[in-house]
Amino acid sequence: MTMGKPKKTSEIIVQIDGKKVKAVEGMTILEAAQKADIFIPTLCHHEKLEPYGACRVCTVEVEVRGWTGLVAACLYPVEKDLVVKTRSEKVDKIRKLILEFLLAHAPNSPQLQELAQEYGADRDRFEKESSFCILCGLCVRYCAEVKKKNAIGYVNCGARREIRFIPEIAATECVNCKECFELCPTSYLQAAFVLTESLAFSKDSSPAALKK
Amino acid sequence: MPRMNSASELEEFRKGVLAKRDPDKPCIAICAGMGCLSLDNGRVISAFEKEINTKKLKTKVDIRATGCHGYCEKGPLVVIYPEEICYMEVTPKDVPEIVSQTVMGKKVIDRLIYTDPDTGKKAARQSEIPFYKNQVRHIISHNSRIDPQSIDDYLAVGGYAALSKSLLEMSPEEVLDEIKKASLRGRGGGGFPAGRKWETARNAPGKDKYVIVNAHEGELGAFMDRALLSGNPHSVLEGLIIGAYAVGSHQGFIYTRHDTPQLKNNIDTALAQAAEYGFLGNNILGSGFDFNVEVHLDIGIFVSGESSALMKSIEGNPPEPRPKYIHTSVKGIWEKPSVLNNVETWANVPLIINKGSECYAGIGTERSKGTKLVSLSGNIVNTGVAEVPFGTTIREIVYNIGGGIPNEKKLKAVHFGGPMGGSIPESLLDTPLDFDELSKLGAPIGAGSMLVLDEDTSMIDVARYFLDFLSNESCGKCVPCREGIRQMLKILTNIRDGKGREGDIALLEEISEVTSTASLCALGKTAADPLRSTLRYFRDEYEANIAKVKRPPAEKRE
Repeated sequence: MTMGKPKKTSEIIVQIDGKKVKAVEGMTILEAAQKADIFIPTLCHHEKLEPYGACRVCTVEVEVRGWTGLVAACLYPVEKDLVVKTRSEKVDKIRKLILEFLLAHAPNSPQLQELAQEYGADRDRFEKESSFCILCGLCVRYCAEVKKKNAIGYVNCGARREIRFIPEIAATECVNCKECFELCPTSYLQAAFVLTESLAFSKDSSPAALKK
Repeated sequence: MPRMNSASELEEFRKGVLAKRDPDKPCIAICAGMGCLSLDNGRVISAFEKEINTKKLKTKVDIRATGCHGYCEKGPLVVIYPEEICYMEVTPKDVPEIVSQTVMGKKVIDRLIYTDPDTGKKAARQSEIPFYKNQVRHIISHNSRIDPQSIDDYLAVGGYAALSKSLLEMSPEEVLDEIKKASLRGRGGGGFPAGRKWETARNAPGKDKYVIVNAHEGELGAFMDRALLSGNPHSVLEGLIIGAYAVGSHQGFIYTRHDTPQLKNNIDTALAQAAEYGFLGNNILGSGFDFNVEVHLDIGIFVSGESSALMKSIEGNPPEPRPKYIHTSVKGIWEKPSVLNNVETWANVPLIINKGSECYAGIGTERSKGTKLVSLSGNIVNTGVAEVPFGTTIREIVYNIGGGIPNEKKLKAVHFGGPMGGSIPESLLDTPLDFDELSKLGAPIGAGSMLVLDEDTSMIDVARYFLDFLSNESCGKCVPCREGIRQMLKILTNIRDGKGREGDIALLEEISEVTSTASLCALGKTAADPLRSTLRYFRDEYEANIAKVKRPPAEKRE
């Protein structure tokens, strides 16, 4: 998806929750909604980053030219005659279950708790998981796209996917940055950093050694 | 070596190839497909070479290591031409006898030919054996006749005539029109009309366009694409070049597996030979059309075969699916229009051009035309690769070609499409092989793997097995897929282990619905399909397993 500013800005009117919203070609549903002060929940979205479409909490119901579907608002481009419902029975059902899945990992995340209340998600519905990372990928993508350092990445795939700092890069780049820490909806990132620091940073580059 | 610059040069060269071949000269065609090779057929091949050498028969007999013949169950397979005598389960010990008795003496060795397990009736010729007799082999028919490493072998069976016809006698629009009229549908799983995909890419803006062969074949129980691409790589390549011409693409990719060196080797050889003969490169056959092909290898994860993940992988990125609200035929590799079709789809293209769309579409059902390769495995007498016209019933495939269920067991279900497919019960066995009919039953045909399950199979285990596979072989990016699979797998494991709880079925249904609707890519959207089909047809099995759980008496439960 191209995020660059389109040269020719052709205006598109879309309908979101019954409201006529002016949007520009190339915009996503989420951007159009935000512009019109209509709230759509997100967990993996960040305005400085490319849309990612992983958490699916922003799923909305759309109708266009007789076709209806459930799409990710952070990715779906606005188009002529698009009608969007940001809440519906189907949408709420999806969001509730996604939140319950994630609460099994991070039951104490304030962001998750707030959304859980809105959607009636039960934080104890599923057995607790050992990893409290929800894999929103904000840290990984922020480091790659904004800082261009790639000090943190994904390892493994499927159910075993996790984030991990790359000690060789993290040892030199992270100590004075840590900008990703505040993006993390759980406290997993900091834990992962401390773990990497204690296990894999060489003595010379540890903060303690640097202070000396 | 020759570089052909026109249709007449190609036909002249073909005549030369055929003139050097004596149709009556004995030829020993030894299957070097993956099944037979793993049965140590390499030693059979060496034994034949040694025997022919020591008997000084090199000028009198040809030896050919061919692609997969299909009847994997009975491998190693050897076919003696021109009589087409088919020997099964051949060992190096049998070789001297085959050479002296059959190749030279023209006598059939009884113990090596097919014997019907029920009637005891023997069949010596390949075309008389039920496994082959009940098939219609258009796509894979040349596999047992050609050496995949020899482009001349492919030319000898009429290869590259369709390319010459397309480039020199037809406009790209006419080629596209033929494919559309033939109603060719994608064989990789979706069944999407190939012509429509090509047309979208052709009409999409931009000069750079790509055509891609999806030769990933990660579907569990699917091995027909490997048999075809490895056994007859030029047929797929010819289709790809014709497709490129129709779409207006000058760069193609073959995306395949890193773990199959034989396949890679055969593809590389085919590409080098095609370039040498002037079927690739600049000004192909003097037509003015330029086209090149690159091979890309996967990193060994199932999701790599998903179209957008595959394209990411070709770009050099991790194979993570990206959202496809804009079709890859408009924005694919590097955001350029990209046509992705699977191995078998491309191999159908030369056939359509040669026979004409009308003749091609004369086979099959109303909305599924032509033939389909299927790979048979599981509780079936004849494991192997078969080709049948669309419309053949599942029962005919399982019993007439597959030979039924071994050990006098009853058939319970047939599972299509691997981890993204579904099962149908015995009662629906008369369903015809058809994209839409099977989809309606919740068991889409997928790439064509047919896993046959007997009465001893637990369908809970089947559903659990596929989810377990996907939990390791998906990318793990989006929540509904990653976490949905995790939770469904846990519940199924509990039910299997006798720890199922009331409400588990409803919970499975709730999760599978969200995973199917909210996931990012086709893998996630179909991950719950095997589970859903088993819940549809074998719900009582789940209920019985949950009801069996021993619970403490009610008064003790608080």
